[in-house]
Amino acid sequence: MPEISRDEVAHLAMLARIDLSDAELDHLAPQLSVILESVASINGVAGDDVPPTSHPLPMTNVFREDVVVPGLTAEEALSGAPAVEDQRFSVPRILDEEA
Amino acid sequence: MSNLTRSTAAALADGLAAGEVTSVELTEAHLDRIDAVDGAVHAFLHVDRDGALADAADSDARRARGEARGPLDGVPIAVKDVLATRGLPTTCGSKILEGWVPPYDATVVARLREAGLPILGKTNMDEFAMGSSTEHSAYGPTRNPWDLDRIPGGSGGGSAAAVAAFEAPLAIGTDTGGSIRQPGAVTGTVGVKPTYGGVSRYGLVALANSLDQAGPVTRTVLDAAMLHDVIGGHDPRDSTSIQQEWPSFTEAARAGSTGDMSGVKVGVITELAGEGWQAGVMARFQESVDLLVKAGAEVVEVSCPSFVHALATYYLILPAEASSNLAKFDAMRYGLRVTPEGNPSAEEVMRATRDAGFGDEVKRRIILGTYALSSGYYDAYYGQAQKIRTLISRDFDAAFADVDVLVSPTAPTTAFKLGEKLDDPMAMYLNDLATIPANLAGVPGISVPNGLADEDGLPSGFQVLAPALADERVYRVGAALEALYADQWGGPLLDKAPALAGAATAEVK
Repeated sequence: MPEISRDEVAHLAMLARIDLSDAELDHLAPQLSVILESVASINGVAGDDVPPTSHPLPMTNVFREDVVVPGLTAEEALSGAPAVEDQRFSVPRILDEEA
Repeated sequence: MSNLTRSTAAALADGLAAGEVTSVELTEAHLDRIDAVDGAVHAFLHVDRDGALADAADSDARRARGEARGPLDGVPIAVKDVLATRGLPTTCGSKILEGWVPPYDATVVARLREAGLPILGKTNMDEFAMGSSTEHSAYGPTRNPWDLDRIPGGSGGGSAAAVAAFEAPLAIGTDTGGSIRQPGAVTGTVGVKPTYGGVSRYGLVALANSLDQAGPVTRTVLDAAMLHDVIGGHDPRDSTSIQQEWPSFTEAARAGSTGDMSGVKVGVITELAGEGWQAGVMARFQESVDLLVKAGAEVVEVSCPSFVHALATYYLILPAEASSNLAKFDAMRYGLRVTPEGNPSAEEVMRATRDAGFGDEVKRRIILGTYALSSGYYDAYYGQAQKIRTLISRDFDAAFADVDVLVSPTAPTTAFKLGEKLDDPMAMYLNDLATIPANLAGVPGISVPNGLADEDGLPSGFQVLAPALADERVYRVGAALEALYADQWGGPLLDKAPALAGAATAEVK
């Protein structure tokens, strides 16, 4: 039976960039264990000879004509941004303080 | 023309063409109906009265010049809040997108505008389409017009409730694991998931790219077909869009409405029955099958052995795709930004924003997807799920080699009470048992109302599935069943729904 510990959930939350509070970790960890237990039933169902399907349509390399079509203006592209400066997205510092 | 809000879209189109009604009149009638009942139903997150009336006036002017753009020009519609609408808020039912106004239209929306359909507003949904009850909306649940204490299904509960409560004649939904069909079943309405690639996904905020498909939400099969003819077809902006000519689904529905099923071979899926299936739902299902037989169909039982693994497969593939799709909500380019105290880094801002902006179910699925994709687990979970996806497609191929369409009940139960399954994710997921296989294989499906369950008097749905690209079959069989029931009931199932408070005011027009 796959168990997922509270610490593992905390680690996954870090990877997924979500600050989960202690209360949320207590709440989510057991629920995730139940879900994982249910989905674990698929183990061993399909043998090595079965190819994987990533997509219902077998399409590769879809091209269109290389023609210029109107796109968003800078104002439109920035219209939903939380912060804008000099016609650009303004973001918090990206390096850690010790870096 | 009387009873504008209770008319089918096809009848409204005829009324417009005959000059018996204007688009402004019927758009106004639906806006008034929304004012009267949506306080109780909460199908809408945003109503665009001014925009819809302006579009309606344009439509009337066009028609007066003899330049109507198609049969549905002037017939108003509601759009699920997961499709980008230029100038209209688009939240996906999430706090993280509260107040976001897209600078562009989804292709589906652009086609509605080109065809002249006034957009009444945006409908409620489970956050990022994750759910089967619309209770996971950050803006509060939608209520089922049949019983306001019950769920309208999900994730597109808003669109289904809007047409069931006569707030809109037509709506757009999206179906990733049943989000059009299951709400259709529990609200006594019609919902169609087209073949994957049949309707453009450009501008549809992705939940799971390989499963998502937009489609019609209506009260009749013909209305769904007419709407599908407007929104479907190839779109160069969606690289998974199918490049081919499609037949007229309107004609397929009209052909089906004779009720003649001779020459059609129907397969009943063995695996979609048994434990966990409500007796009243199964009784209605058996009646529907008997009706099809009486109408000339040949019915056989078909086994699809891998379908028993469909739910588990789906709940690995979907979270895996969703966790990477939702990574774009990083507090940098659009949506919410929460800045913790001090001088936080971009990563700290991201983490705080995503904690504040996402609800429980979204967090559950992102974590689950991150787990399924992490090294050490990838082969056991995501890799294995992708292989079973192949087996499910093979089951469909084998079945469709023998039968024209496959049928099952759309959902295992009727609408449950609000709150009942909110904190039991697995119980919630079981609602999609019968609808998920179609998404995994990309095949089209419809849900048609087939009566009320004896134990609770609530609607149940009949699902018809067809091979990929053969969408016209679901319209033909769906319209036939609908016609057979209309004869039996003497009218549509929704005539049996209780009147909503305030209903009288909107019906006088």
